[in-house]
Amino acid sequence: MGLFEAIVISVIAASTPLLLAAAGELVVERSGVLNLGAEGMMIMGAACGFAGAWLTGSTFIGALFGIAAGVAMSAIFAVLTLGLAVNQVATGLALTILGIGLSGLIGAGFVGERINPAPHLYVPGLSDLPALGRIVFNQDGFVYFSILLIAGIWWFLYRTRAGLILRAIGDNHASAHALGYPVLKVRFYAVLFGGACAGLGGAYLPLAYTPFFIPGMTAGRGWIALALVVFASWRPLRLVAGAYLFGAVSILQLHAQGAGIGIPSQLMSSLPYLATVIVLVLISRTRASAGSAAPASLGMAFVPDR
Amino acid sequence: MKKLLVTAVAVLAAAATALPVSAADKLKVGFIYVGPVGDFGWTYQHEVGRQTIVKEFGDKIETTYLENVSEGPDSERSIEQLARTGHQLIFTTSFGYMDPTVKVAKKYPKIDFEHATGYKRADNLGIYSGRFYEGRYIQGIIAAKMSKTGVLGYIGSFPIPEVISGINATMLGAQTVNPNIKIKIIWVNTWFDPGKEADAAKALIDQGADIIMQHTDSPAAMQVAAQRGIYAFGQDSDMSKFGPKTQLTAIINNWAPYYVRQVKAKLDGKWKAEDTWDGLKEKMVMMAPYTNMPDDVKKMAQDTEAAIVAGTLHPFKCPVLGQDGKPVECKGGTHLDAGQILGMNFYVKGVDDKFPGK
Repeated sequence: MGLFEAIVISVIAASTPLLLAAAGELVVERSGVLNLGAEGMMIMGAACGFAGAWLTGSTFIGALFGIAAGVAMSAIFAVLTLGLAVNQVATGLALTILGIGLSGLIGAGFVGERINPAPHLYVPGLSDLPALGRIVFNQDGFVYFSILLIAGIWWFLYRTRAGLILRAIGDNHASAHALGYPVLKVRFYAVLFGGACAGLGGAYLPLAYTPFFIPGMTAGRGWIALALVVFASWRPLRLVAGAYLFGAVSILQLHAQGAGIGIPSQLMSSLPYLATVIVLVLISRTRASAGSAAPASLGMAFVPDR
Repeated sequence: MKKLLVTAVAVLAAAATALPVSAADKLKVGFIYVGPVGDFGWTYQHEVGRQTIVKEFGDKIETTYLENVSEGPDSERSIEQLARTGHQLIFTTSFGYMDPTVKVAKKYPKIDFEHATGYKRADNLGIYSGRFYEGRYIQGIIAAKMSKTGVLGYIGSFPIPEVISGINATMLGAQTVNPNIKIKIIWVNTWFDPGKEADAAKALIDQGADIIMQHTDSPAAMQVAAQRGIYAFGQDSDMSKFGPKTQLTAIINNWAPYYVRQVKAKLDGKWKAEDTWDGLKEKMVMMAPYTNMPDDVKKMAQDTEAAIVAGTLHPFKCPVLGQDGKPVECKGGTHLDAGQILGMNFYVKGVDDKFPGK
């Protein structure tokens, strides 16, 4: 295996959990809801995903457990912010704190246990092709799913009526409501979808990335996912670029260090974040005249006038 | 944002544990942890120490711990929270808590503090650390013996003296076996991020390292090494569970006897601010069983360990050559003195990497 190939494979692995979680959050925010609880949902997905895989020996069932955990967490968020119109920022932060604590409790019994990492696709012939074979045809299921997920979200948002309604609700919930669209119902489903994605992204960590569970193993990836949504200016295809750019810079700086390039490691470690900020600035400059890319109703509670 | 949150969690946790202040005659002992208690590394070992004192002293004491407290100024609030809620002896267990601990100790002169791995003391602030470099020296010998490529991969957390002295001790040990041994160092600038630690391990292996050593807290690197079929060393605690055929040995931080001793001294009213720096001899640093290696390597490791315990071998015996090949000033007579090791800010000859910050 060449070094280039090895680097690309590491980049894909590092980017996938971010992409999964950010994809869900993108849909949530497009519907006008700001769920800052991504970290909490991810770590719950990690704990429950590991538990599922450990109990059944199946990565697939583990992933389903992770999704279920994310959905359950997001349901709490949905009931509070949509049903009771509680402040979304505060609820999201509380969800993160809850998730970190609860996942530690659930996962306590699983610390130190081992499972087999997620199986990788193997297509005879294709997977052995030089250079691209291992990169394209020898990944685990999460990686392929994350790409399909983004394609699906893009198609949903821009090519379906339901997607148009969801975007309309995110941009102006009062008008959408006046037109007769079920604002809260759509947002409820969007939040649950976001929870499912975050749970799956979290589950990727103990199921494929580092096959064991340790409390706090998401180590801030939920926050990165949130930042990536802004970075992508709420567009699914840019999200892929953002996640892979972040992953690439994270991995390349490690390789640069190993190769003995004399740049301070602290600077290198900050590179992924620096790159994100720079691109963000560039994007906002070009669209300064067009106004903010954020959904106009983002983060605002909606209470229908009955 | 994350920092803020973690602190919020810590403060909430402190507030919650502060509520049931019942028995005033109980000695309250507090611990500040940098990672989660289940990290299977650094924090886990301190937690084992805390559980030991609970077992040992039972009803005489009450313990509290705050986990995931980030280093730096933010930790001050958490330490102060423990001080305010009646804790009489507070252990702050990471290098980055040094200045905050000094500050809080000054503010609460009647409370006794102990800071791990730092170097600042006060009348009510003692310091303690392990001579981890002794274990690193043994690991260096084993690594050089077991490596086929002659390239060691080293995952560093932060370029602080404790980590630097570990790298140097590794190299000095390895050079006794193979004078041309190479080391690749990757700093991840975190103590705990399993994903990042795994990525660093992959990068090192992809660049030709066939022995992985780490100075970070999770077993992620061990597991990557296991997947790739190479050898690695556990860190802080025995990580053989994560790589039964991978772990050569591990440095185990054995804090329990020390915590028992200090709590007993406090209960007896004999606690004093001291500077404790114990190693293999005092069993504050222990080696996990030597596994997955041929008998001659195992014997070499055991002999080295015995020599260090007996005091006939010092990993930093003079002359120690700096990166430029010139001998470093020898302040300890036959070996570098404590200050030079605890404040180590240079690489030894043979480390083919730029010293961080120089």
